[in-house]
Amino acid sequence: MTELLVGTRKGLFVLEGEPGANFAITRRAFEGEPVDYAMREPHSGRVFAAVTSPFWGPRIWFTDDLDDDWQPATGVALPKGGDQALKRIWVIVASDDGSRLWAGGDPGVLFESRDCGATWQLNHALFEHPTRPRWRPDSGGLSVHSIAPWPGDPGRLALAISAAGVWLTDDGGATWRHGNAGIVADYLPQEARASAIDLCVHHLERAQGRPERLFLQFHGGVYRSDDAGESWQDIAAGLPSDFGFPVVLDPADPDSAYLIPVATADRVTPGGRVLVWETRDAGANWIARGEGLPQSDAYLQVLRQSFAGAGDGDELQLYFGATSGEMFGSRDAGATWFTVASRLPAIASVRVG
Amino acid sequence: MLVDMAIVRLRGQLEKLAGSGSQHEVQGATVNELLATLESTHGALEGWILDERGVLRRHINVFVNGEIAQPDTAVSDGDRIEILPAISGG
Repeated sequence: MTELLVGTRKGLFVLEGEPGANFAITRRAFEGEPVDYAMREPHSGRVFAAVTSPFWGPRIWFTDDLDDDWQPATGVALPKGGDQALKRIWVIVASDDGSRLWAGGDPGVLFESRDCGATWQLNHALFEHPTRPRWRPDSGGLSVHSIAPWPGDPGRLALAISAAGVWLTDDGGATWRHGNAGIVADYLPQEARASAIDLCVHHLERAQGRPERLFLQFHGGVYRSDDAGESWQDIAAGLPSDFGFPVVLDPADPDSAYLIPVATADRVTPGGRVLVWETRDAGANWIARGEGLPQSDAYLQVLRQSFAGAGDGDELQLYFGATSGEMFGSRDAGATWFTVASRLPAIASVRVG
Repeated sequence: MLVDMAIVRLRGQLEKLAGSGSQHEVQGATVNELLATLESTHGALEGWILDERGVLRRHINVFVNGEIAQPDTAVSDGDRIEILPAISGG
């Protein structure tokens, strides 16, 4: 049985099922409110939901039992009396040993928890970084949407911010430096590219078996780093589009990556065909995976947090959801696909519980 | 010295968070002052009505004696205050 935590514009949906057939909706929470992200921390089993209430503001909620009440976490806020307010939490990530949790949000902020998500602290070094006045929000805001911890060393993190590029720390977030070398922003004039820091990274993931390797989906470009994010090389050749949002890796294979490219102009699946593209040689070659996915008249929008994996190797499960409310899954590392659900509200995030 | 106290009625999530019933006596010369006092005396409410800047959240309406109020609306002793989600969304 696989559990999926699906954040939608109209609340959290918990789906359960055997991979290969439709899943059942087993629970709902936060009905009517936008759930931007939800995940289960595997060590504690605690489930977290990032909810942006249109009335009461953004908050992280948690529960140890999906049949019990949810509790609001504390400390998920910017300094009181300042000139900015927290707009949204985009992502929650746990260290591999479960000792730390991080949450990224808008306006370009990072929170950390060391008590399993009950209380959180703002990372002031990033919040007060001197380059912040040059950061630029994209259409979704100024968001820390990707957090990539180093396995076995929670003091080493890579972050991605739209649109403020890649950020690296080796000292637990006391100091931060850029990791943008090699990323080319085609949307800027040639003369402005070399010094640009307003880089619109769409997603960043770290290879678990080779942590110095990262994959990055850019706003026009797909990149790989083999030096822990210090520099990047373009690996988009062979893809139908270098534009997209989510990235999923196979934890067993550091040469693997899965993308869902969308057309640059309209940000939907190109040509009305839904295809997941896979590499098994670190981006040298890309293979289209579409067996079981709609191959005509399907113009899906898959957001950056709406693609997730579980397991690894030949038994890697993959799941993605679209803003149309359709969800698809694979139980064989993308070789074949099945429909998970068809009529959910607009999907903002998918994570395997 | 006597201080002016308004009667704040909370409902739903705010009532649950504040605890100790739906009605609360709160001091404040204006709506914003009163809301800041309410949040500081009931810590679980912090950030729910006013954001970190001290600004009333966009889709919250505050009523004073049944009339919709603004953050700088004056509040007097015995005024009845209600804090409600606005009609919005889709």
